[in-house]
Amino acid sequence: MTTRSTAHPAIRVRGLEKSYGKREVLRGVDFDVARGSIFALLGSNGAGKTTIVRILATLLKANAGTAGVHGFDVAAQPANVRESLSLTGQFAAVDEILSGRENLVLVARLRHLKDPGAVADDLLGRFSLTEAGSRKVSTYSGGMRRRLDIAMSLVGDPPVIFLDEPTTGLDPEARIEVWRAVKELAGSGTTVLLTTQYLDEAEQLADRIAILHQGRIIANGTLAELKRLFPPATVEYVEKQPTLEEIFLAIIGGDNSDAADTEHLGGQG
Amino acid sequence: MTTYFFADTAVLTGRTLRHVTRSVDTVITTVITPVAMMLMFVYVFGGAIDTGSVPYVNYMLPGILLITVASGISYTAYRLFTDMKGGIFERFRSMPIARSGVLWAHVLTSLVANLISLVIVVGVALLMGFRTGAGLPAWLAVAGILFLFTLALTWLAVIPGLSATSVEGAGAFAYPLVFLPFVSSAFVPTQTMPGPVRAFAEHQPVTSIVNTIRDLFAQRPVGDDIWTALAWCAGTLVAAYVLAMATYRRKVA
Repeated sequence: MTTRSTAHPAIRVRGLEKSYGKREVLRGVDFDVARGSIFALLGSNGAGKTTIVRILATLLKANAGTAGVHGFDVAAQPANVRESLSLTGQFAAVDEILSGRENLVLVARLRHLKDPGAVADDLLGRFSLTEAGSRKVSTYSGGMRRRLDIAMSLVGDPPVIFLDEPTTGLDPEARIEVWRAVKELAGSGTTVLLTTQYLDEAEQLADRIAILHQGRIIANGTLAELKRLFPPATVEYVEKQPTLEEIFLAIIGGDNSDAADTEHLGGQG
Repeated sequence: MTTYFFADTAVLTGRTLRHVTRSVDTVITTVITPVAMMLMFVYVFGGAIDTGSVPYVNYMLPGILLITVASGISYTAYRLFTDMKGGIFERFRSMPIARSGVLWAHVLTSLVANLISLVIVVGVALLMGFRTGAGLPAWLAVAGILFLFTLALTWLAVIPGLSATSVEGAGAFAYPLVFLPFVSSAFVPTQTMPGPVRAFAEHQPVTSIVNTIRDLFAQRPVGDDIWTALAWCAGTLVAAYVLAMATYRRKVA
């Protein structure tokens, strides 16, 4: 897998455009993802991240531009593209009624692998789900579900993996579990395209970061390069502590008129 | 890719069948309404309805069977809706599998789930005194018509399953179908109905299907009703299939 076929990047996107009716979601997106790297598409909600992923995963057709995955064109060779990639969408795409192991066996069967049971057991082990493997997925925590979801994407060792906002809605502990899984992936030579709205997630995981804003890539580089590009623009996120007054108002809630009355009386007395 | 169509569809059908066997409550709720209606009609209203020499339980069983299917397919829509919403549908579609297998798995599962419900309802009817001298050919003909009816309604259920925006919406389309047998020959002879109602009752699909099944069970010659019944089923099947596939293409394009 890690042969010197560096002739073409794992993902190549050129002039990608997509609009829904009059609403332009993508207005000419270009980027490359090198083999075996983690590439983060960073953007706020509605920036078009998921649209790009869906086009690359052959779930959606672009209006203009080209996109290639693993050397195959998404429009002309969708079947080859689907052979080469695995998608972990925004919502954990797991079967709630099946057990974790059954979910993995299902995907292994659909990928026509020789020994689905062995593949499932191996992945359960890698994602620390062996004990929970025989339990129904509906009993899993959010982090376990996500781990299973990512494990399902690894069945059959596809060379390219898309992770669309893999940690949205997860608690901090579960986020760290998922990050660890993603880092392991890249360590084994898989190309990962990650979308996220969390700056620290991109910073933690990605070899390269592209910032998608209003349908265009407005910056693309390593974290160091991005820092060099905008030296003065140090954005600081400061947690705003509530004042005692705000806490007080929040506690008394809708009883403002009562409070005012009491104050009034107190003033008189 | 198409070489795997049957293998992939079999794997996916195995998955949805597990959904049926692991949520037995869906089978029970599918069966409970028709069984309750059967009890009501046979032991409460039935005495006041004149069906000649035919025992009332024999008279109304065909209509009850159609109600069973109509309430069963709302779960088909529900299961499809859940797949669409949960993201597993997208996972399947981004995989190198025969894409139409995803829909066919739901359709095949619907046929199996409805078969189970129908067998249970017929079993209860037998306990309540339903008797027929019908031989194997007549039973096969009944099974064939019910199969075609279930297939047609299943493809109809695929449409809301794919396009609904809420769970309630996905299941609600079945209510008119459940009530259609009431304005037909299923429970009372149509001759007793006032003019316009009678005209509707005698020309809507349920009446011809009910009459055909009733004749088959009673070992009477089926007459022209069977052709009307088959035409309704086949027509609904083709229309529903075309619409469902159009919805599918629109949804996934």
